[in-house]
Amino acid sequence: MILARVTANVVADTKIEDYKNLKIMMVQPIKPDGSDDGKMMLAVDNAQAGIGDTVIICDEGGSARMLMDTPNIMTIRTVIAGIVDEVTLDIND
Amino acid sequence: MKLGRVIGRVVADRKHEAFEGTKLMLIQPLDSERKPSGDVLVGMDAVRAGEGDLIMYESSKEAGQCFSNWYHPGDVAIMGIIDHIEGEDAAKTGGA
Repeated sequence: MILARVTANVVADTKIEDYKNLKIMMVQPIKPDGSDDGKMMLAVDNAQAGIGDTVIICDEGGSARMLMDTPNIMTIRTVIAGIVDEVTLDIND
Repeated sequence: MKLGRVIGRVVADRKHEAFEGTKLMLIQPLDSERKPSGDVLVGMDAVRAGEGDLIMYESSKEAGQCFSNWYHPGDVAIMGIIDHIEGEDAAKTGGA
């Protein structure tokens, strides 16, 4: 799983059936100190995230099915799994 | 899932039977400022996307699952056509 910041909400009426009533958000992976770290992604929101939130992203199909509790939907891969309240970095390498 | 723009089409008569009847589009991956970022991909169109459309595409095994509920060889598929993007990020690009 990775840390990311939610940067935008994606509105798309034309989607495949599996995504019909799912919220899609734009997320930017970040380092523990909050700085950007890697390429922006789109993720299905499964944690009622809002823009600006720090979140946990799961980017694997099997995990996504378990998170979404939709074992028969096989087209979801990137999911917002949780909203982060606090990140504590003990050792700053 | 990633952000991209449809920039063209690919026509191939001789191809694996799993791709029979599937429209193949050229996708340019984009970064958050809608600038090209990464190599152009060939993706299967599951939503009747057109050239110039801002789209969201999925890669890996999940992509092929739009076209069959068993394993499918395709590994990039267009899952949706984006109408607009709202939020902090939209300020940089006017939301398009």
